Amino acid sequence: MPDPGLTLDGVVIRRDGRTLVDISDHVAPGEVLTVMGPSGSGKSTLLSYIIGTLDAGFAAQGQVKLNGTDITDLAPEARHVGILFQDDLLFPHLSVGENLAFGLRASIKGRAERKRKIDAALEDIGLAGFAARDPDTLSGGQKARVSLMRMLLSGPKALLLDEPFSRLDTERRDKIRELVFAQARANGLPVLLVTHDHADADAAGGRVHRLD
Amino acid sequence: MTPRCDTTTARARLLPWAPFLTLAIMVGPVVAGVLGTIGPAFGYMPALGGDAITLTAFVMLFDWPGITRASVLSVTTGVAATSLSLLLVALICAAWSGSRAFRIIERMLSPLLSVPHAAAAFGLAFLIAPSGWIARATSPWLTGWDRPPDLLILQDPLGLSLIAGLVVKEVPFLLLMTLAALTQIRTVQARDTALALGYAPVTAWFKTIFPRVYAQIRLPVYAVLAFSMTVVDVSLILGPTTPSTLSVQILKWMNDPDLSLRFLASAAAVWQLALVIGTLILWRLAEFAVARLGRIWVTTGTRGGATRSIKALSLTAAILSASAIALGILGLLVWSFAGFWSFPDLLPGTFTTRTWMRHTTNLWPVITETLIIASVSTFVALLLTLACLEAEERHGLKPGTRALWLLYLPLIVPQIAFLTGLQTLAIYTGLDGNRTAVIAVHIVFVLPYVFLSLADPFRAWDARYGRVARALGAGCDGVLWRVRLPMLLRPILIASAVGFAVSIGQFLPTLLAGAGRVQTLTTEAVALASGGDRRVISVYALSQTALALLPFALALFVPAILWRNRRGLRHA
Repeated sequence: MPDPGLTLDGVVIRRDGRTLVDISDHVAPGEVLTVMGPSGSGKSTLLSYIIGTLDAGFAAQGQVKLNGTDITDLAPEARHVGILFQDDLLFPHLSVGENLAFGLRASIKGRAERKRKIDAALEDIGLAGFAARDPDTLSGGQKARVSLMRMLLSGPKALLLDEPFSRLDTERRDKIRELVFAQARANGLPVLLVTHDHADADAAGGRVHRLD
Repeated sequence: MTPRCDTTTARARLLPWAPFLTLAIMVGPVVAGVLGTIGPAFGYMPALGGDAITLTAFVMLFDWPGITRASVLSVTTGVAATSLSLLLVALICAAWSGSRAFRIIERMLSPLLSVPHAAAAFGLAFLIAPSGWIARATSPWLTGWDRPPDLLILQDPLGLSLIAGLVVKEVPFLLLMTLAALTQIRTVQARDTALALGYAPVTAWFKTIFPRVYAQIRLPVYAVLAFSMTVVDVSLILGPTTPSTLSVQILKWMNDPDLSLRFLASAAAVWQLALVIGTLILWRLAEFAVARLGRIWVTTGTRGGATRSIKALSLTAAILSASAIALGILGLLVWSFAGFWSFPDLLPGTFTTRTWMRHTTNLWPVITETLIIASVSTFVALLLTLACLEAEERHGLKPGTRALWLLYLPLIVPQIAFLTGLQTLAIYTGLDGNRTAVIAVHIVFVLPYVFLSLADPFRAWDARYGRVARALGAGCDGVLWRVRLPMLLRPILIASAVGFAVSIGQFLPTLLAGAGRVQTLTTEAVALASGGDRRVISVYALSQTALALLPFALALFVPAILWRNRRGLRHA
């Protein structure tokens, strides 16, 4: 029986001969592993390696396993690893509904079925009736929720968070943080949170891995 | 760089070759053309009986009485037009960057750039001619003239009107290049630091920003210098005639029914190339000298002043330059509808559509031909540009400084120096005189402009959108077609509009590759110049301008309509 969750097996990332990241760890489904460290310590670089978009300037080794399967050499789109950045990064040329549809896998056939999924997702995040809206007209908190839901609709098997709460004000930050962790737990996703904010780490409530 | 893209499809396997194909398409014809010019210049052209290497053509060239004057004219008009344009652009940026006036100037750039050189030259000619609008507006109350004065304003022997015609068109181009360069360096901090140290704004700009900006726009400046030294269509309209500039004289020899003059034309083209290379070397040496003096000036501690006068001077010059084009186009419009118009009346006595009606039948096929050539060449250039930029993204094939030089090669090597040779080669291979040949040659000139217009916005796109899209399940092609290109719609349309305008403005490539059998609005308009019928010239020059402006209008309105409900893309 393969080990469920996200496993980093001897992952070492170097740049110009300097070791930025050296980590071996396992994140179980529903667990949050917080990675903390100062700017330039390689936190975001580690996430790029896990999703498969590490720049050619880096030298990396080690395996990334998801539910026991080695995904290190897979294309990013085949890894089923979702990511949320500091910015919501909603595609500005698409409506809110179209952004969500972008996340839906093609295996969900039929226009009506896809629309039903999108409407249900919008209702889940308290944005029912927002499908035709321009993403740029949403508030920061609303954008963050759409971004999270778009990612969840793509059916990820793990979730990476690259300081996604840092640009939100205190009130919204608490709510969005709660929503993200609740969704991750509900979907049984291993979560790797990168942050330099101790409040995020405290809210996540899991283990903390420090990068120097 | 986007890693791990699918490389199993034929299209994906071809992508890494796109930059090499593009360079081959741009550089190949230039190199082949120069070789095709050098052969006949040294007497080798078997089709015309030239089997031996000789210097006869060069002896003939230097025996031609007008060679010294024509050579000097090419150099002086080119250097003067380039220096004035550069100075004006630097003064405008130094005095006005960051202001509201500067933003207005920025907005005016696209329409000014899109006006073809020939149309702008005609417009300027109709303004400054002895019977032009300026003379009419000041007569007889100021000048006392009741008939056009016998003054050699147009086609003056010193080439002053030619220089003016070049400056009004090269200023917008250099300004655009400078704006692109300014975005790449941290100008605000540098200027503010200098201001805090007590430097006057213009002095602060010249001491802290200009050296870095110039390093970025060096190649466009060289392109302007080479173009100004060798331009044919503007010279035919505004340049001296006794003798004409060297490039015009080469064209006359090329088109002479006496085929033996091809040897002379080729020798002159090689000489023209040597003149351009020599002038570029001198310009480079002047750069060193100015830089040396500049370094001394920077450390003198002079804070400068006269900001107001420099502001006034530069704004006046900018307005004059833009007005010369705008009023010129307005003049063309009035002439195209003019009935009887006697001197010194400011406006025609009657307006009529007769000239338009009479030429509509002839105009449509020419417009269609122009549209087809411009559309196809722009489309091919755009595809190649996008393929190159995507290959750079996926495979890290970013052009280095040398590749950038190659990109500018078709703009720096004088058209007359390689198109004559290319025509000779095309005749050998039977590929000349048709639309395909014209399109192929147009691509050589359209490609650099499309690439230069699109490269910066394409590279500046936030790559995190691509990472998110891939994490959501999109492949590399999906990211390109579904996310990146739609988000870059406006810059893509603007780059296409630039390419389209460049194609429409091509005179010499159309004339030589088309062997006179492919007629576009530009070749027709310039051909009409010798006839001197202002009404007919205006009809053709206006049609040419309208056709060049149309894609810019589309580039403005299509995204505005498509993204009317997308606030985040309104200024993209």
